Amino acid sequence: MDWLSPQEWDAVALSLRVSFWATLCSLPFGIFIAYALSRWQFWGKQALNGLVHLPLILPPVVTGYLLLLSFGTQAPLGGLLQNLGIVFAFRWTGAALAAAVMGFPLMVRAIRLSLDAVDPKLEQAAATLGASPLWIFVTVTLPLILPGVIVGTILGFAKAMGEFGATITFVSNIPGQTQTLPSAIYAFLQVPGGESSALRLVVVSLIVALSALILSELLAARVARKVRGT
Amino acid sequence: MTLSVTVKHRFSGFDLDVGFDAPAGVTALFGRSGSGKTTVVQTIAGLLRPKAGQVTVNGTTLFDSATGVWVPPAKRRIGYVFQEGRLFPHLSVHQNLRYGAWFAKRRQGAASFDHVVDLLGIAPLLDRRPAALSGGEKQRVAIGRALLSAPDLLLMDEPLAALDESRKLEILPYLERLRDETAIPMIYVSHTVAEIARLATTIVVLNDGKMLCSGPASEVLGDPAIPFPLGVRGAGALLTAQVVAHHDDGLSELAIGAGRLYLPLINAAAGARIRVRIAAQDVVLATRKPDHISALNILKGTVAEVREGDGPGVMVSVEVDGQTVLARITRRSRDALGLRVGMTCYAITKSVAVARDDIGVSGV
Repeated sequence: MDWLSPQEWDAVALSLRVSFWATLCSLPFGIFIAYALSRWQFWGKQALNGLVHLPLILPPVVTGYLLLLSFGTQAPLGGLLQNLGIVFAFRWTGAALAAAVMGFPLMVRAIRLSLDAVDPKLEQAAATLGASPLWIFVTVTLPLILPGVIVGTILGFAKAMGEFGATITFVSNIPGQTQTLPSAIYAFLQVPGGESSALRLVVVSLIVALSALILSELLAARVARKVRGT
Repeated sequence: MTLSVTVKHRFSGFDLDVGFDAPAGVTALFGRSGSGKTTVVQTIAGLLRPKAGQVTVNGTTLFDSATGVWVPPAKRRIGYVFQEGRLFPHLSVHQNLRYGAWFAKRRQGAASFDHVVDLLGIAPLLDRRPAALSGGEKQRVAIGRALLSAPDLLLMDEPLAALDESRKLEILPYLERLRDETAIPMIYVSHTVAEIARLATTIVVLNDGKMLCSGPASEVLGDPAIPFPLGVRGAGALLTAQVVAHHDDGLSELAIGAGRLYLPLINAAAGARIRVRIAAQDVVLATRKPDHISALNILKGTVAEVREGDGPGVMVSVEVDGQTVLARITRRSRDALGLRVGMTCYAITKSVAVARDDIGVSGV
């Protein structure tokens, strides 16, 4: 892999690591929030819905700045987490948090759509057969929404790979630390003679994005066929 | 086993206020669409929590609005067969059948898997997915799945309503076997008289959210006083008869006391007891024994009751060897014959007037 310089390679590896952890850690929350929004009636439901979708409509720089205000080492929440040994500011973990927050609305939307399509009557039938709510979710609901979960996961991952504004605002652009693929492309374009490096990273971005898309389509179609039982 | 239910619930523009006890056997909840039948069974299963009411099975209280008792559906041990089957599409037939059994594995008295598969004739379907089953096959699997969850009580909410006539005829014999070969009591919801006449031991009639009447099947169906929710065309008495012989010309001979019935060939051995519903509008009355007549079935009996309705018709109950035949005739005919209670008369029916789905094996 000597067609990428060490700095370029660092950016690709960091982006993959950031996106992987961002997606993995936000998935359980994404499923839970989607389930709550789809099935439960509770006070403040619209507020929660708005909060989840906020990163989709806010300028990413604003989201990044809000993250810095909440999770910076000077902020109460950031200070509290720092005492527990968790630091987000100017670390790759911060880039993962920013990517997770930005990808969250896409993930929740995809999962919620598939949840809305599951017939609650099947869940009722499972209850009459002796299944508790948790078992109903594991044995009936989750398998039926699996195609939506896959699509939501891939969308979240793709968003994480491409996230730029919130990341650069929250954790800056430190090579090897917080310089993700988009940040690196931006940095290379700022220096004379960096175009060739930027172009190589653009090609990598294209390959990763297209592979993710094709993989998700194949996987979702296969699972959907299995779920429908045809 | 006994089930005791009371339900009071208010929907938009509709009040439900029903209470009844169901003894062992098949209790049919009968009434037209919107009479509140499904609400009652959903309350029993715990899928709906009404404003007020109480559900007790075998002395165990599952729901009581007065004391706040509420057992969640998963812990009620009540099997539910839904109108649309509701099989899990992502599981095979085999996995669907095992689903309830898996949660019931610590319970006593579960029916054996092989027995249920055999009873319902679903062995060839085990490896298939629900999407590859016909409507009738789906319902048989749904019944098996509910049975294998080892229920104390089986609820069937119009299990045949979504099927066409030939599919219904395919499933009814399985339901009769279920009634006769398992000890699980059933609540059977339907708005079709023929189904209920074949299956029910007890009938509870609902109308506009109220209970109209309840009692043993033959009494409720044969009572001319009951203004049937489906109108007079739905009226017809339920008779129990014994198969005497099958004849070469495609008829089966049945005995009702000293009387004889000839019906299109019945799939039951000589000596078997079967139940036949004879629609009141298919019965002709005569005061003298007719001859030179094509109708084969002439039962001699006594007029037990003559009841006038609002229209031009009257409902006559004729007692034949301890059983009741209902006949719907015009007031004009009654006057012409001078029919009065206590008179001897002959109830006449064409053999071909008795529909196939009005004949079933007897569960009484």
